[in-house]
Amino acid sequence: MGLLDANISNRNVLVTSVDNVMNWARLSSLWPMGFGLACCAIEMMATNASNYDLERFGIFPRSSPRQSDLMIVAGTVTMKMAEKVVTLYEQMPEPRYVLSMGSCSNCGGPYWNHGYHVLKGVDRVIPVDVYVPGCPPRPEALIGGLMKIQELVRMEGLGISRQDALKKLAEKSVDAQQVIDQVRRATA
Amino acid sequence: MDNGMEEAGNIMPAAVLESKAAYDIIRGRFGDAVSEFDANPTMPFFEVADASKWVDIALFMRDDARLKFNYMACLSGVDYMEQEQLGIVCNLESIGHYPHRIAVKVKCRREGGSIPSVACVWHTANWHEREAYDMYGMTFEGHPDLRRILCPEDWTGFPLRKDYQVQETYHGIKVPY
Repeated sequence: MGLLDANISNRNVLVTSVDNVMNWARLSSLWPMGFGLACCAIEMMATNASNYDLERFGIFPRSSPRQSDLMIVAGTVTMKMAEKVVTLYEQMPEPRYVLSMGSCSNCGGPYWNHGYHVLKGVDRVIPVDVYVPGCPPRPEALIGGLMKIQELVRMEGLGISRQDALKKLAEKSVDAQQVIDQVRRATA
Repeated sequence: MDNGMEEAGNIMPAAVLESKAAYDIIRGRFGDAVSEFDANPTMPFFEVADASKWVDIALFMRDDARLKFNYMACLSGVDYMEQEQLGIVCNLESIGHYPHRIAVKVKCRREGGSIPSVACVWHTANWHEREAYDMYGMTFEGHPDLRRILCPEDWTGFPLRKDYQVQETYHGIKVPY
């Protein structure tokens, strides 16, 4: 927070909107539910651990869906697990967010054709806010997805629906290829 | 030339000879209830021709002092669609007694077929037979707890059968891509 670093005088009084303060608080303490379904969970655990240290973003896993506001679907969702995922999602208090991590939970991944037992995308049973591609995604990619969730939280406000927030977020989107090209040119 | 090749093919590796010796003991006890020995170099095997003798053969293989097949390494299911049959392949070994190992095949009818359970002989077979049932649909007579082990209990069909078609929906959720 740049503001806190600045030399604030006048008895530390800051003027801002309720939306800003609430969103800052919410996006700085995203609590994901601590559960993993397959190899993506290993990357998620690595992201939580000291090297990538998600806690510096205020993100740390909770053991109960009732204390969580973010669900990271990390791994292959089987048909057997799908209904349990829905139950867990329903137990989370609103506002809640879902991050689909990895190819399996995005669209079935390597099981898309012959995996009779795999749900072909967790978005068939619960609404997904951010998809992180990869098989499994590296911790950097997961952190990127989490920061997208934070951006989404920042777009929300009193009287603004999730759909509107997503629309606002989409308007702000950047073409990834352009950024990649830019970095490549700079490093070439 | 032909003879020479045939002879070369008949030379069994030492491990297969061990299996052959074990097979001969079983053959001597059960006669035509077991098929000819197949000297497959990867995993030598024989088939149980009379499936009703399977539990007796299994007990004999486990307990006979010359065999001591005390370890079931694996039990797999097979779908022989062309022959209208289902089957199991049991990989048996003898830990701490003999170096021999052998595979045993047992077959049954494809529709409504059943194979005697050897869960009472090797406890490993308990879950493995459940898995074979879950994937292929043959029943195991005398199994203590024959339920699906991997698929949901109300799943339709047996996924590893060659003509398996996945169901369209499961509890209202679309299954195919």
